[in-house]
Amino acid sequence: MQKTTLDIQTIRKDFPILSRTVNGQPLVYLDNAATSQTPKQVLDVIVDYYSGYNANIHRGVHTLSQEATDKYEQARATIQHHFNAKHAHEIIFTAGTTHGINLVASGFSSLLKKGDEIIVSALEHHSNIVPWQMLCERTGAILKVIPMNQNGELDIEAYYKLLCSNTKLVFCNHVSNALGTVNPIKEIINAAHKVGAAVLIDGAQAAPHIKANVQALDVDFYVVSAHKMCGPTGAGMLYGKEEWLTKLPPYQGGGEMIAEVTFDKTTYADLPHKFEAGTPNICGGIAFGAALDYMNAIGFSAIADYEHELLEYATAQLLTVDGLKIYGTAEQKTSVISFNVGSIHPYDIGSILDKLGIAVRTGHHCAQPIMDFYKIPGTVRASFSFYNTKEEVDILVAGVKRAVAMLQ
Amino acid sequence: MTIKEIQEEIVDEFSMFDDWMQRYEYMIDLGKSLPLIDEQYKTDDNIIKGCQSKVWVHADLEGDKLSFTADSDAIITKGIIAILIRAFSGQHPKDIIDADTSFIDEIGLKEHLSPTRANGLVSMIKQIKMYAIAYQTQLK
Repeated sequence: MQKTTLDIQTIRKDFPILSRTVNGQPLVYLDNAATSQTPKQVLDVIVDYYSGYNANIHRGVHTLSQEATDKYEQARATIQHHFNAKHAHEIIFTAGTTHGINLVASGFSSLLKKGDEIIVSALEHHSNIVPWQMLCERTGAILKVIPMNQNGELDIEAYYKLLCSNTKLVFCNHVSNALGTVNPIKEIINAAHKVGAAVLIDGAQAAPHIKANVQALDVDFYVVSAHKMCGPTGAGMLYGKEEWLTKLPPYQGGGEMIAEVTFDKTTYADLPHKFEAGTPNICGGIAFGAALDYMNAIGFSAIADYEHELLEYATAQLLTVDGLKIYGTAEQKTSVISFNVGSIHPYDIGSILDKLGIAVRTGHHCAQPIMDFYKIPGTVRASFSFYNTKEEVDILVAGVKRAVAMLQ
Repeated sequence: MTIKEIQEEIVDEFSMFDDWMQRYEYMIDLGKSLPLIDEQYKTDDNIIKGCQSKVWVHADLEGDKLSFTADSDAIITKGIIAILIRAFSGQHPKDIIDADTSFIDEIGLKEHLSPTRANGLVSMIKQIKMYAIAYQTQLK
């Protein structure tokens, strides 16, 4: 196995939370797919903002407002370059992935008619199912689902058969939150474009591991959350191709998103402000930019290599536990392992692990259709980040063994 | 025994343990002695909402006392519900309605009392009290 070039112990020192204890034990944080931890480089930016130049943006003539506006727009440019968007105004600041999805779903209400078809994948998070169901209810459009196989991979042949001239939209996550499967989104996007459908990719789970190039992907919409990639909660971005963002109506009305208002008519501001009504999460946006800078300084390729090393090690070690079954064994996976042991309820294992200072996620991971597919109530999910270590994997495996001994 | 006396007895038992592991092991044992709910009552309607694991609780009136049966698909949850049922089964509905549940704190399960906690201990207590309220009305 190849050894990482990253100095993990030095990286860990950037994250103050990693040195705390939980229930008297050193914290072993393995719930990174739910939210990642925040390095001091990002925490400093948050403190600097509130202690140095907190002001409302885009409107003030005073210095603080201009400083805050500059930093906010610099962050937009950082995000633009990270995802290789053509224009900065194609980056819309959002409160997170769910907000981005709802913004697009709401916009399509006026563009869809009865009988139009929408395709989602069987691997979706509830946040990428429910908004589309609501959209279908509003418009009379029909929701179709790309099925999955036992390995947790999408059936791409079945997807091709679902596509037709009525298909208007396709939604799929880049990486499944419950299983870690990396979906073949380039193929999905190309095929959708052949029938004239637009594609939204939920990049929430991919963004911490894979640097997506939206122009190379030719994706129409790509959404992410900052808090999954070392940034703060309540911040995220929606990338949309200029032509699509121009076509979609505004999501919310308010200040900032207008050009001119009279009681007869309001004309909307240009992109990106058309979709950024009200005072945004200024500090969150700036900190999101700082989080991308932090991760890029480490390097996404080094991160991906090391996380793959962790995934392989953890998979092999966990499989030494008697009766442990891993759900999601796709060939292309991020560092997420969803598992159960025998018939033990995931909640029981999670509760004991918590007592041992180990944070994992248990339950259906907001992806009930996947759990129904496997006919299980949920799984225990351990998700690894670049600041996790093999020693922590060992602690997890020992913890699972201890829990199983207590519960069997 | 009154509810308060039973609760004190439970607190006494738990006070013998030095660490969480012994407490959890005891709870797991208690779960095994849980008076199981009749299969016919294990319906979706009887599932207590707010729990990550499935929990079913059923109550029968015997004379003027309530008797509870329950089940869960998670072992620790089964232990928690067993503790609650031990405290409330065989009691008069009015006493159940008025009962204090702070003994949960004292046996070191305080973290399970948070309303956002996935096992929904709060929902279980609420369901037990709802049964008591329903039967109390019937007794009047």
